[in-house]
Amino acid sequence: MINNMAKQKNVLPGFNLSLGYTIFYLSLIVLIPLSAAFIKTTELSLHEFWAVVSAPRVVASYKLTFGASLIAALINGAFGLLTAWVLVRYTFPGKKIIDALVDLPFALPTAVAGIALTAVYASNGWIGSWLEPHGIKVAFTPLGVIVALTFIGLPFVVRTVQPVLQDLEAETEEAAASLGANRWQTFTKIIFPAIWPALLTGFALAFARAIGEYGSVIFIAGNVPFVSEITPLIIITKLEQYEYASATAVAVVMLIISFLLLFAINGLQWWFNRRATTSH
Amino acid sequence: MTINATSQYSNYHTKVARSRATSEPIWIRWLLITITLLFLSLFLIVPLAAVFTEALRKGFDTYITALVDPDALSSIKLTFIAAAIAVPLNLVFGVAAAWAIAKFEFKGKSILITLIDLPFAVSPVIAGLIYVLIFGLQGWVGSTLIDHDLKVIFAIPGIVLATVFVTFPFVARELIPLMQAQGKDEEEAGLVLGASGWQILWRITLPNVKWGLLYGVILTNARAMGEFGAVSVVSGHIRGMTNTMPLHVEILYNEYNYAAAFAVASLLALLALVTLVLKSLVEWQVARNASNLEKTFS
Repeated sequence: MINNMAKQKNVLPGFNLSLGYTIFYLSLIVLIPLSAAFIKTTELSLHEFWAVVSAPRVVASYKLTFGASLIAALINGAFGLLTAWVLVRYTFPGKKIIDALVDLPFALPTAVAGIALTAVYASNGWIGSWLEPHGIKVAFTPLGVIVALTFIGLPFVVRTVQPVLQDLEAETEEAAASLGANRWQTFTKIIFPAIWPALLTGFALAFARAIGEYGSVIFIAGNVPFVSEITPLIIITKLEQYEYASATAVAVVMLIISFLLLFAINGLQWWFNRRATTSH
Repeated sequence: MTINATSQYSNYHTKVARSRATSEPIWIRWLLITITLLFLSLFLIVPLAAVFTEALRKGFDTYITALVDPDALSSIKLTFIAAAIAVPLNLVFGVAAAWAIAKFEFKGKSILITLIDLPFAVSPVIAGLIYVLIFGLQGWVGSTLIDHDLKVIFAIPGIVLATVFVTFPFVARELIPLMQAQGKDEEEAGLVLGASGWQILWRITLPNVKWGLLYGVILTNARAMGEFGAVSVVSGHIRGMTNTMPLHVEILYNEYNYAAAFAVASLLALLALVTLVLKSLVEWQVARNASNLEKTFS
């Protein structure tokens, strides 16, 4: 059926083979296993499902996971924009190295990030020992969760905003300046409107990544129930107690939220690309 | 979740001379640079430096002892095995998916692209969980597996599967926009000249996308070797058997054997640094090709 929809004029071979293999492999690795999660939850009645996913300890973990992810994504939004700006517009020694290092959170295994951040932000660590006298405790508190999530989300905003900032034409800024706008007005009225879809996309990517994060958080969080226990850890804990159905119920709640976010991000990127093509 | 390939290939280093009217006063420039460097130091540079300092805290001998420990060696071996299987599988998939999506029009294409992205949106913990639900003792095919004396969960196949899942979209995501941008004129020319489908793939398409392909492979490999959450769920943490390097780091750390934990972690950090260097080299190569192309046509 799909075959007939291929454009008549296309003469290239391999459509059936490549699409067939794509769908086969996608189903085998992703779709069928993911559907297992949804089917497993049907072992629970609706009442039981609700009892599991609305238990106070689980609800406390949602609040922490979503709250900390939101704060981390906001921090990354602000500092990511600043980093992208500095990397595109200014020159300073070591800029190429800094530019490459921005991707470190993509390349560094999350467990390594977790123990490294814990070592640095613990009360005897390089930064932690300096914060402690000011009454700020990072490691083993919700603040530690925010630090870890900021780390893993750091490249997203920089890497979505950077190319857009790079492609901005100098003419519009010159025009604004010649019409008497100062730098701040030019930024808020000319530059920001051009980059904010990219900023929003980067923010959403960082947020979505933070929600599911596990490895970097569990070392620094302290994992105290109701205080610093994230939702992915709740799933692990339930699995270790062989409560497969209730672990899956919590997983399904997270999956649905992640899917909604994925669709929102794809919608954003579609809108963003359309804007980019129509503006030229 | 990755970013459009176009963004990765932009040349960040072209310099545009800016007049005073479209630039900031020098003190603002240096203030912004200082704040950025401070932020990146707190979150990236200091933690990275800490890995190596902590690893060498008890001296070089302790460091080496931690690395040549049989359990550490077997975790290194397993990490390489998992990556050596996951990377080629997802590479073949990425090429097939990009060929279908970039060279042909069909209904449901955008849904297919979204579905390929799904593993990016799924928490690693859930990625592990779904394989436990299928291959675990109470899973769909768990009893069949026991009858045939096959073990997937708490064994190497489960670790490979979880790794394949979390690295699933990387190559496809790099290749799809790249091959879409290149169109299909060259392939059609090859066809007219009598090339077969495989010849077109090997002689035209793959050479055209080799840097994007390499880029995708680098990202896939880094993630495959570093994956923690998904692998942690399916591994069972059997020392010397089903421990990958990140899991071995966790075990050592939880035993308060910090020097050894950071020693193994330092190997993974080195791997991350090598990844960043290779990634930058590929980006520079692509930028150079792009500017050579511009010169040819101007």
